[in-house]
Amino acid sequence: MSTSVDRKRTAVRARQRTAGPSGWFAVPALLLFGAFALLPIFGVVALSFTSWNGLGAITFDGTASWQKVLADPVTLNAIVVTGKIMLFSFIVQAPISLLLGVFTAGVQKYRALLAVLYFVPLLLSSAAVAIAFKALLDPNFGIGPVSGIAALRQDWLGNSDLVLFVVVFVIAWQFVPFHTLIYQGGVKQIPRSLFEAAEIDGASRVQQFFAVTLPQLKYTIITSSTLMVVGSLTYFDLIFVLTAGGPGYETRLLPLHMYITGFRANDMGAASALGVILVVIGLALALLLQRFGGRDRSASQLEGA
Amino acid sequence: MSLTTRRITRTAAIAVVAALALAACGTTGPAATSASDGDLSMWGLSNAPMQDIMADSITAWNADNPDGTIGIDFFANDAYKTKVRTAIGAGAGPTFIYGWGGGILKSYVDADEVLDLTPYLTENPAMSERYIQSVAQNGVIDGKTYALPNNYTQPVLLYFNKEVFDQVGAEAPKTWDELLALIPVFTEAGIAPLSLGGQSKWPNLMWLAYLVDRIGGPDVFQAILDGKADAWSDPAVIEALTKIQQLVDAGGFIDGFSSIAADTNADQALLYTGRAAMMLHGAWVYSSIKADAGDFTSSGKLGYVPFPAVEGGIGDSANVTGNPSNFWSVSSKATPEQQKIAVDYLANGMLNEKYVDELVAAGAVPVVTGIENKLAASDDADFLTTVYSMTANAPHFQLSWDQALSPAQADAMLTNLDLIFLGQQTPQEFADIMNGTFGQ
Repeated sequence: MSTSVDRKRTAVRARQRTAGPSGWFAVPALLLFGAFALLPIFGVVALSFTSWNGLGAITFDGTASWQKVLADPVTLNAIVVTGKIMLFSFIVQAPISLLLGVFTAGVQKYRALLAVLYFVPLLLSSAAVAIAFKALLDPNFGIGPVSGIAALRQDWLGNSDLVLFVVVFVIAWQFVPFHTLIYQGGVKQIPRSLFEAAEIDGASRVQQFFAVTLPQLKYTIITSSTLMVVGSLTYFDLIFVLTAGGPGYETRLLPLHMYITGFRANDMGAASALGVILVVIGLALALLLQRFGGRDRSASQLEGA
Repeated sequence: MSLTTRRITRTAAIAVVAALALAACGTTGPAATSASDGDLSMWGLSNAPMQDIMADSITAWNADNPDGTIGIDFFANDAYKTKVRTAIGAGAGPTFIYGWGGGILKSYVDADEVLDLTPYLTENPAMSERYIQSVAQNGVIDGKTYALPNNYTQPVLLYFNKEVFDQVGAEAPKTWDELLALIPVFTEAGIAPLSLGGQSKWPNLMWLAYLVDRIGGPDVFQAILDGKADAWSDPAVIEALTKIQQLVDAGGFIDGFSSIAADTNADQALLYTGRAAMMLHGAWVYSSIKADAGDFTSSGKLGYVPFPAVEGGIGDSANVTGNPSNFWSVSSKATPEQQKIAVDYLANGMLNEKYVDELVAAGAVPVVTGIENKLAASDDADFLTTVYSMTANAPHFQLSWDQALSPAQADAMLTNLDLIFLGQQTPQEFADIMNGTFGQ
């Protein structure tokens, strides 16, 4: 009896796996992806072996652009700055948004109101956020000198030791609401019954968080972390407006370096080489995070719920 | 209770969100500044006072020339520089190309994107004879004219706040040593000696360009421009960079100068609010201070002198650096018909009597000769005649280095100069890095 049930279950699963929706459903997405993602990537790879100043003829140049980019200490510095911003952003954003997400997932009304308020920074464009913070952090007319609080009187955007953390803070201010939203949704998906069972077993709030909420949020954490880490590679607009990569090369991260090389210095060959590096790093990170989360992402976590 | 209150809460929340979204749109989406319909297209900069003057000029032109109308659009400075180059590269550039001369104009000429105006000037000599010649020279490459000046001359001057100078009993510095001697005087009085918009990087360059010129004369930069090997290691460059670092170390620049952005005019505000005593800046600052703090200029509290002489330097202290003018070039991709109309506008529409009068009224010195009487009769006569005689009598008018050099070199120079001001690089390291950028 039990074996026949088992066999029937396996058969159903096998049919579900093979008899998914038709592959044709993927065609529109694949077309868009091909035209707007793959084609430009091939274009960038091709351009990285040429010399072009944005005007006139594109000439084949072998690996000259690559040699220049790889030998340039500014490139290495840009990769290090990108890594630092990625790491610090993750360390700051992940715990805050996880806790806020769990908090705002509660059913209390004031929490719903707070959730709306937390959401506000996400509605502002990065450029607007950067302009506002630039004005707030002005050493003479900003919040420091106006409020008269000595601790706020810093050379926020001009001090090489501070500026990276200022950038990480502003990024967190803008993006924590987004990740909070993801976690809020994730927490709301967890069946009540799991918490009820834990409560009957005498688990405290803290124990419930670590034993039920956190494991149930595994895939939410992976999604949010992927967006956070890979998203760090696209923090361009905000930093461009806020610091323009300065002081010196202190906040010139890889995408900004690529832009400046391409559109300020008009060296499209070198900028394309930097673009390829960016794509490779981004794909490697996304792949790594997917592996980290286990292969079978569709496996249910709700067995027995 | 619960249903209605919940609905009210939700409605209120949605209203808040919607209001904020609208506010966000308001700050990020500037309305189109003008319609761009017309047979010819023109892209200008949205800076006061030029935007209004150009728009007036085009409106008048279109009224008189219904068969050859011009549509003008305005862009912010930095955005324009990127946009126009990309558009030209893609074959979608405007008929009139706004520029600064120098390295970028040369790259357009090399790519055959701009029209050689020389034949038209030979035919109609009045078109080029009206200009201050040292200014017009910046539109000439290899003996051919590719760009004509279209606005006002912008030499860099040392501005000072007369009120705070009187307060400490100081005189405007005529030499570098006098400038250095003023630093402790102002520091003791609790006033920053010099304002500087260091975050924008290009204001730093004005110090280097003037110091190199005063110490070693114009030939030093000419050698750099010509790409002579090790030209950046010239002793004049090293000495200029050393002097800059001495000035920084002596506390010459206001605390936190590398957080101050010039594009928000915060550096100018420090000068007219009396928190800083002096500022090295372009002539365009006068009209901008006039707009932001009209009392300050009208009561004569704003002082201005040429950059101080450096003892032992061989450069003529009458030399100036800055932007000689802005320029119009005509696209070589325009049809012959469009090109003919464009040249006609440059000859008759631009810098006509009304255009010149509006410039003078805005506190700017038009780049044409024979306007001494107009300048002397204006409200800002003292400033305008000073700038006019500075430009007209300058043995050498050096275009801003970041415009004169190739874009790749200019970018490396500005960032490395930032490191010099921050004390994170020695003059020798600067020279070595910059020598490595030749040929880029």
